[in-house]
Amino acid sequence: MEPLLTKYVREPNSFTLDFYLQHQGYEGLRKALALKPDEVIEMVKVSGLRGRGGAGFPTGMKWQFVDKKSPNPRYIACNADESEPGTFKDHLLMERNPYLLIEGCAIACYAVGARVAYIYIRGEFLHVQHILEQAIADAYARGFLGKNVLGSGFDCDVFVHRGAGAYEAGEETALIESLEGKRAQPRNKPPFPAVVGLYNCPTAVNNVETLCNVPLILFNGAAWFASLGPEKNGGPKLYCVSGHVKRPGVYEASMQVTLRELIETRAGGARDGRRIKAVIPGGSSVPILLPDQLDTQASFDGVQKAGSLLGSAGLVVLDDTTCMVWLAGNLLHFYRHESCGKCTPCREGTDWLYKILRRIECGEGQMRDLDLLSSISANIGGKTLCAFGDAAVTPVLTGLKHFRHEYEAHIKEGRCPLPADWRARATVGAH
Amino acid sequence: MTFHPRIDYATFHTSQRQLEDEGAPFVYTAEHRARFDEILKRYPPDRKRSAVLPALYLVQRQLGYITANAMRYVAGLLEITAADVEDVVSYYTMFRTKPAGIFVLQVCRTLSCALNGAERVTEELSGKLGIVPGQTDASGTFTLLEAECLGACDRAPVVMVNDAWHECLKPEDASKLIDDLRARGEAALSGCHHVIEHKR
Ligand SMILES: Cc1cc2nc3c(=O)[nH]c(=O)nc-3n(C[C@H](O)[C@H](O)[C@H](O)COP(=O)(O)O)c2cc1C
Ligand code: SF4
Ligand code: FES
Repeated sequence: MEPLLTKYVREPNSFTLDFYLQHQGYEGLRKALALKPDEVIEMVKVSGLRGRGGAGFPTGMKWQFVDKKSPNPRYIACNADESEPGTFKDHLLMERNPYLLIEGCAIACYAVGARVAYIYIRGEFLHVQHILEQAIADAYARGFLGKNVLGSGFDCDVFVHRGAGAYEAGEETALIESLEGKRAQPRNKPPFPAVVGLYNCPTAVNNVETLCNVPLILFNGAAWFASLGPEKNGGPKLYCVSGHVKRPGVYEASMQVTLRELIETRAGGARDGRRIKAVIPGGSSVPILLPDQLDTQASFDGVQKAGSLLGSAGLVVLDDTTCMVWLAGNLLHFYRHESCGKCTPCREGTDWLYKILRRIECGEGQMRDLDLLSSISANIGGKTLCAFGDAAVTPVLTGLKHFRHEYEAHIKEGRCPLPADWRARATVGAH
Repeated sequence: MTFHPRIDYATFHTSQRQLEDEGAPFVYTAEHRARFDEILKRYPPDRKRSAVLPALYLVQRQLGYITANAMRYVAGLLEITAADVEDVVSYYTMFRTKPAGIFVLQVCRTLSCALNGAERVTEELSGKLGIVPGQTDASGTFTLLEAECLGACDRAPVVMVNDAWHECLKPEDASKLIDDLRARGEAALSGCHHVIEHKR
């Protein structure tokens, strides 16, 4: 499949409005404005577009759930928080192709009957925010945003809202809390944001890549979009490949592609003289896959069938120099740090897991620690307010499942069994 | 944010806790006040609180960090309590309540960066500056911190310096980066993809 979302990202001027207008820019919005809002939603539904933020929920359906009967205004919140370890695709889209997102926001607003879209961007992306803000200013100046967009009578404002360093702000209800000027801590669901969202008004929260696909659907048609991938997995998809590969980067493909092709062909495969030991296919929150599962189709359904999740399509490749106890410790450091603190099992449990993992890594663990890890994990997973809790225990549980012998070797030998010179990391015990 | 290291059970009462820095009475400069008024227009008039993050960024730009008096000032502007503002300041990692060095270095320590040597980068920077993460060097020039995934894992290891980025920093080049920052300031940084691809 020829790249669609990233077709022009390497062109020096791809982020300018003139360039965008020369390459079908805002044609999707024009087509949308000629339709009724419900027809736009219907088109997105037929296209089969599924959310690219992690859960893979059908976007058309999400828009349909936005409560049209409510007397309150409606909102679009674009999730540009991109903080899932191993994920960096929205970053590229916003930096190199910002108008596609703005056009997507405008179409989404039109479809759900909103006047305002907020793009919630993570605080660390200040350079990206500057590009987006420039693009928004240019769009206003040429009548693609603001009052009476393209003479259609439809008003639309897009604002960028800068976060301030919180992974949890990516969870949709936490994002809404943060937009309202509070701590990024999730709300109870239901009610879902489509009914009670931002300012208690109906709100659709959509990922950046999701919204960037919308202009393509409007321009080329729903059937075309669906035909690009396997059934129920239509459209182009961006894959982020990082870790131990020769050419890490963002690769665009149809979801027919396999994990092997992405890792070995696109990203150049393992480093010289090394072999792949494991792959995390969808950002740090999903179960680890083993090398014999590389022929899995990299679609939402394909990866799920293999026992993991496509999540945010952040593929982290681990070669044979990786210590799996260290890996779990590294990720638990992340989850411990990012827990929003609202639920006790997650807030306290992630800290316990981290400390026990470090103890084992340093050679001070005991066999009973392995049971302790399982039991703490069982008391977090499924027992928390948001999906963060399940995500946080995944590295521990899948590590213990597939690599228990490594945990045991650490405990028996009283040290990390991997050769010291293999480590790209600091001396063990430095923590 | 992490809750654990700071809670000293049984010996510490939150009711006795005081903010680290009261600071001098605070008002925005005219420029920041104008910017604040501009930002406020993005939110519904009865939802001023939504502007708390941008308002705090303006404070931090003006003072370098956020004092108790600045929080009270922001609370007044947004018609919320000072406790509401402190609640937000203490939650988000990008807000500081203590002065920092001229260059705040944040080394990404999450998986993809760590697989490519981020822990060694931190070691090198620590050694060069004579400080551990969390500290500022004696000259007040550099603050060293660790950050979680910065969303550019293909350019690992990634370091954020103030609001700018430096990508693909090998451990062996870390010490030179410090010298370059001293000599040339932020011009020493690679910037983000955007810039890198233009240079190629
Ligand atoms: C802990 C947590 C973090 C999340 N972080 C992000 C994120 O950074 N970006 C994102 O788009 N979605 C993130 N999500 C998923 C969102 O909650 C939500 O499902 C998504 O934004 C919906 O958009 P979509 O339907 O377009 O995928 C996160 C979810 C959880 C539970
Ligand atoms: S599971 Fe963790 S991150 Fe999610 S609401 Fe509970 S404490 Fe917060
Ligand atoms: S792991 Fe460092 S940028 Fe993602």
